[in-house]
Amino acid sequence: MSRVPLPYTQKVLDLFRNPKNLGKLEDANVISVAGNPACGDMITFYMKINEQDVIEKISFESYGCAANIATASIVTEMIKGLHVENAWKDVTWKKVTEEVGGLPSVKFHCGILAVGAVKRAIRKYYEQKGSAPDWLPKDFTFEEKQALEEEELAQKLSKRLKAAEEK
Amino acid sequence: MVENVKALLKAHENLKREVYLDNENSTVVPKEVLDEMLPYYSKKAYGNPTLTHKPGWEAFETIMESAQKISKFLGAKILEEITFTPGATEANNLALMGAAFANKHKGTKIVISEIEPINVLHVTDLLKKFGFTTTKVPVDTEGFLDLEKLKEAVDKETVLASVSMANNEIGTLQPIKEALGIVKDKNPETLFHTDASDAYGRIPVNVQDLKVDLATVSSYKILGPRGIGALYVKEGVNVDKILEGQIGTQKLWPGVENTPLIVGFTKASELAFQDFEENVAHIRKMRDKLVDGILGELADVKFNGAKGDKRVPDNANISILRCEGEALTIELSLKGVYVSSGSACSRRLLQPSHVLVAIGRRFSEAHGSILMKTTRYHTEEDITYVLEVLPSAVNRIRGIVGSTGVD
Repeated sequence: MSRVPLPYTQKVLDLFRNPKNLGKLEDANVISVAGNPACGDMITFYMKINEQDVIEKISFESYGCAANIATASIVTEMIKGLHVENAWKDVTWKKVTEEVGGLPSVKFHCGILAVGAVKRAIRKYYEQKGSAPDWLPKDFTFEEKQALEEEELAQKLSKRLKAAEEK
Repeated sequence: MVENVKALLKAHENLKREVYLDNENSTVVPKEVLDEMLPYYSKKAYGNPTLTHKPGWEAFETIMESAQKISKFLGAKILEEITFTPGATEANNLALMGAAFANKHKGTKIVISEIEPINVLHVTDLLKKFGFTTTKVPVDTEGFLDLEKLKEAVDKETVLASVSMANNEIGTLQPIKEALGIVKDKNPETLFHTDASDAYGRIPVNVQDLKVDLATVSSYKILGPRGIGALYVKEGVNVDKILEGQIGTQKLWPGVENTPLIVGFTKASELAFQDFEENVAHIRKMRDKLVDGILGELADVKFNGAKGDKRVPDNANISILRCEGEALTIELSLKGVYVSSGSACSRRLLQPSHVLVAIGRRFSEAHGSILMKTTRYHTEEDITYVLEVLPSAVNRIRGIVGSTGVD
């Protein structure tokens, strides 16, 4: 329980003030969520992936801090128009962090969560299709594991809270 | 990193109005207080109060007179019961550690409320290493201490109980007399400490009337300079000092006394208590206008803490649902309105305000909370401006949230 200074970059501030690709996407064929409101940190991506496996459209909604909003926004710009394979391979949390001009270390998880949500969306896309390409790893990547871990911790905390209430 | 902050500050150029409501975390120091302090840096009483020359004796006289005034404001019996410390954090450290160490032969149990400030919680964590165990007594949905549980928690081994008079986040005023009565009934030897930082200057605080053994007050919480506070230690109560060094005029706190800050704290106290009723009425009026305005303007909001005269007059704490607090503080800052949030967006797993969680708020309600405190310097126009900009700020953040984050 301590505070840290949060000197956000100009880019984070710009994206916080003017997020790109914000809101629901009516013709989305994949929707993925990562995070949990209990963490105060949650992202939803809406994607329209076409028959050539290209991410034609993408948008986001974010329940989170300025870093969460900025990283989600930059991710939509980074992967829009990409083939899902390139989106999977090229967009890492480190790149996302670089693209927003860096983040305070306590906010790295925002970029990780955003990339985790993208990877989840891509897996979901192929699940819906009923076939997975060879390049798609069976095991969870770092970002997916981290997103899961954050969600599990949030659930544990919520459970502990409920148990305490019932006592 | 400093470059980043420069850019952030540049984004705040051309603000048409600024309203500072984050008086929980730091405050403006009024000119009258600064004017009172400044001569003590270079014109008079700049000496060390323990030394045998004019500037030293001047400092001694100043510090003693200040302690006398603070002791009067607190209803203490004698000025020696006041120890100036570098702030409430240090005063609470001294109270808890000092009382625990000095009385360890009587027992190693401590009882606190679940909603004590962070410094109290952390000191009790530290005291574990020295063999002390702490019981945290729960509070109800308005933040009132469960007195039955308090009674259960105190036994023959309990050396110290610590309950804040007013909670720093939700403003709830605890029934200190009653709580103290319960504690002393179970164990007359148990020392009772109250952090009165958020009550002092807002409601009458009289340590003799309350019968507390130890009480903390803070300068910046009453618009005095930061870096100074005081601990009241009732005459005859055993407290060990917790820092080593040159002892001067105060036997519980070593080092050279900071005369200008002590003067500033004293002046801030005088200003708070001069026209006390009017000050408080104004602070309350501003707070009520702010709260009524927000509750009236915004849908899906929850008022946190106690209401009416069971709450300090300056505190407003409101949960804004479907709105993340850190994002909102930034959005408001860009419009010149400065508040803080119970969203603890600074950790990997973001644990929100322990106080809001203790009163049963959901995590998302705590993440969307904002804390504001009014002062005698706020005007109707200030509050009107806040009420003007807040709805659009909330709506923009809620627009980003969309349907995400609804639990």
